[in-house]
Amino acid sequence: MTTIEFFLAGTMSAATVFLLAALGELVAEKSGMLNLGVEGMMAVSAAVGFVVTYETGSHIVGFTVAGISGVLVSLIYAGVAITFLANQVATGLAVGILGLGLSALIGRQHESLTVEAAGGIYIPILSDIPLLGPAFFQHNIVVYLTLAIAVAIGYCLKHTRLGLAIRSVGENPNAAQALGYSVHLIRYGAVAFGGLLAGFAGAYASTIYTPLWADGMIAGRGWIAVALVVFGTWKTGRIILGAYLFGMVSLGELIAQSLGASIPSQLLSSMPYIVTIVVLAIISTNAARLKLHAPFALGESFDGSESK
Amino acid sequence: MHIKFERRVEYSRKILISVPVITIALSILISSALLLILGKSVPLTMYSFFIAPFESFYSITEIFLKFGPLLLIAQALAIGFRAKVWNIGAEGQMIMGAIAASAVPVYFVDSTSIFLLPAMLVLGAAGGMGWAAIAAFLRTRFNANEILVTLMLTSIALQVLYYLLLGPWKDPQGFNFPQTVLFQDEALFSPLFQATRLNTSVLIPILFTIGAWVFMEKRFGGFKLQVGGLAPNAAIYAGFSAKGAVWRSLLIAGFAAGLAGMSEVAGPIAQLQRSITSGYGYSAIIVAYLGALHPIGIIFAAFFLAVIQIGGDVALVSAGVPISAVHVFQGLLLVFYLATYTFVNYRLRILRPGKSLPVGATS
Repeated sequence: MTTIEFFLAGTMSAATVFLLAALGELVAEKSGMLNLGVEGMMAVSAAVGFVVTYETGSHIVGFTVAGISGVLVSLIYAGVAITFLANQVATGLAVGILGLGLSALIGRQHESLTVEAAGGIYIPILSDIPLLGPAFFQHNIVVYLTLAIAVAIGYCLKHTRLGLAIRSVGENPNAAQALGYSVHLIRYGAVAFGGLLAGFAGAYASTIYTPLWADGMIAGRGWIAVALVVFGTWKTGRIILGAYLFGMVSLGELIAQSLGASIPSQLLSSMPYIVTIVVLAIISTNAARLKLHAPFALGESFDGSESK
Repeated sequence: MHIKFERRVEYSRKILISVPVITIALSILISSALLLILGKSVPLTMYSFFIAPFESFYSITEIFLKFGPLLLIAQALAIGFRAKVWNIGAEGQMIMGAIAASAVPVYFVDSTSIFLLPAMLVLGAAGGMGWAAIAAFLRTRFNANEILVTLMLTSIALQVLYYLLLGPWKDPQGFNFPQTVLFQDEALFSPLFQATRLNTSVLIPILFTIGAWVFMEKRFGGFKLQVGGLAPNAAIYAGFSAKGAVWRSLLIAGFAAGLAGMSEVAGPIAQLQRSITSGYGYSAIIVAYLGALHPIGIIFAAFFLAVIQIGGDVALVSAGVPISAVHVFQGLLLVFYLATYTFVNYRLRILRPGKSLPVGATS
C-alpha cells in the first residue's frame, strides 16, 4: 500500500469507531437523554468483544456479545437516569467510571494479546481500481454497514413514526405524553440502541481497527463521539463528516512518522483532543444556533408531572 | 402494576442522612457477588478492604496520605458541582500543578534555599489554575461545554507530562527512565512522623476544608454559586453573573487540584514521573457526590475512599483481588448514590390498575 492509500483507508477505518458511537449517542440525545457514559460502554464492550473473539475465534460472535454488553451497561444508565430521575450528567459520569473499571476487570487476563483482524471485502472491479480500490473498497464489512446505519438513522429520525416519537419525547415530553407516547419506554429504547452501537464501536476498536486488548485503549474516543454529536448539531450528515475528519486527525501520528517529520509524538497524540477543543469552541460560539438544533428537553429528567 | 415517583412537598432529611449508608451497603452487596464470580474469598476481601488498613500505624498514616488530595480536590469540585459547573478535568489540573511545581527543583537542582518549597506551592497552584482557566475562558467566551473541554485538557496534560519526562526534564543519570531527578530535601514537605510518608502537606486540605465550609455556609458567595448553577436566568435577574460562577468554580478547582499535584511531587513521590496523580482527580468526583456536595459530608467520603484505596492494595496481595476491583467499587458507589438520592426528593408510589386514586390524594 502506498502512503496515500494507507492514509485514506486508515481514515475510513478509524472513522468507523467514532461514527458508530456518535450515531448511538445521537439517537439517545434525540430522545432527551444525554448519556456521557459512552466511553465506559465502549470500554466494556471492547474488552468483552476482544475476549469473546479471542476465545471463540469468531468476530461475529464477538460483535454480538459486545453489542449485548453495550446494551446492558447502557441500561444501568437508563435505570438510574430515567426511572430514578437522577441527574443525567452525573449518572453518565458514574457509568463511565464503572465501565472503565469493569473493562479492566474483564480484560485483565487478556492484556496485550492480539486476535487476527477480520478480513476485508472484495468487490469485483471496484476493489481492483488502483488507489481508490485499496483506499475505499477493501474494508471490513462493518465499515460499510456503519455508513448504511447512518443513512438509515437519518431517514428514520426524519421521516418515520418511530423517529417522530423519539424526537417528540426529546423536544417536549409533556406533550408527547399527552399524545399517548410512553416517554420512559421510548427513552429506554433510545438509550439501549445507543448502548448497542457503542458496543459495536468498542468491538470494532478492539478486534478490527487495532485487534488487541490493552487497558485504557479506548483513550477518550467515547468522549470525542459525544463531542461529534454537538459538532454535527444533531444532524446525521454532519456527524458522518465529523467522524471522518477525526478519523483523519487520529492518523496524524502514523502519517508524520512515515514522512519522517520531526514533530514530538506527544503533540501529534494530542491533536485529536486539541482539534476537539478548537472545533467545539467554534461550533458553540453561536449559542442561539446551538440551542435551536439541540433537543429542547436534552438532559432533563421527566417525572410525569406537568409543572417543571 | 405501575411504579411511579412522586415529588415530595419537602425533601426528607431522614433519608438524606441514610443515603450514604444504603449506598455503601448496596455497593458491598454487588461487589460481593462480583467477587464470588471471580472466585475470590468475600470475607477475606472485606477484611482486607475495611479492617486491615487500620491494623498498623504506618497503614493509618498511608490512609491520611491518600485522604489529603481526595479531600482537597473534592471540596473544590463540590463548589463547582453545586453551581452546575461540571469540571471533570481535575486530573489534568493536578498534572499541570505538579509539572509547574517541579520546574523549581528541576531547574535549581543544587539549590538549598528555604524558598524552594514556597515557590513550588505558588507555581503548583498557578499551574492548576492556568489549566482550568483555559476551560473557563472557552466556556464564558465561546460557550464551549466545560465537561468536554476539561476532559480533553486532561488528555493533553498527560501528553505534556510525557513530553517533559521523555525529553527536556529526563534525569540524565536516570538510566533512561521517564522521570526527573529526585528532588532535594529542601523541595519536600517534612514528614510528620519518622519512617512514614505522611507529611505536613496534609494541613493544606484541612485549611481548605475550613475555607470551603465558611465560604459555602457563612458567606453570601456560596449562595451566588448555587444560584448560578440551578437556574442561570434566575442568577442573571438577581444581579449575579453566571460567567463569574464559571470562572470562580474552575479557578478554585484548578487551585486545589494544582496544590494536590504539587503535594504529591513534593511529598511521597519526590520527583516528577508518569503516575503522579493516582487517579485522584477522578476519584474526587465520587468523593464530592458521596459527601452530598457538602463540606462536612466530603470529609467522611474522602476518608472512606482513602480507606478503600489502601484496602485495595491490601486485597491485591492478600486475596488476589485485581486493583481494577477498586475502580468498579467506586463506580458502583456513585451509581447507587445517584439512584438512592432520588428518595430524598421523591416518594415511591405503586399504582395498581383499576384502582384510581382520589383527586388530590397526597398519602
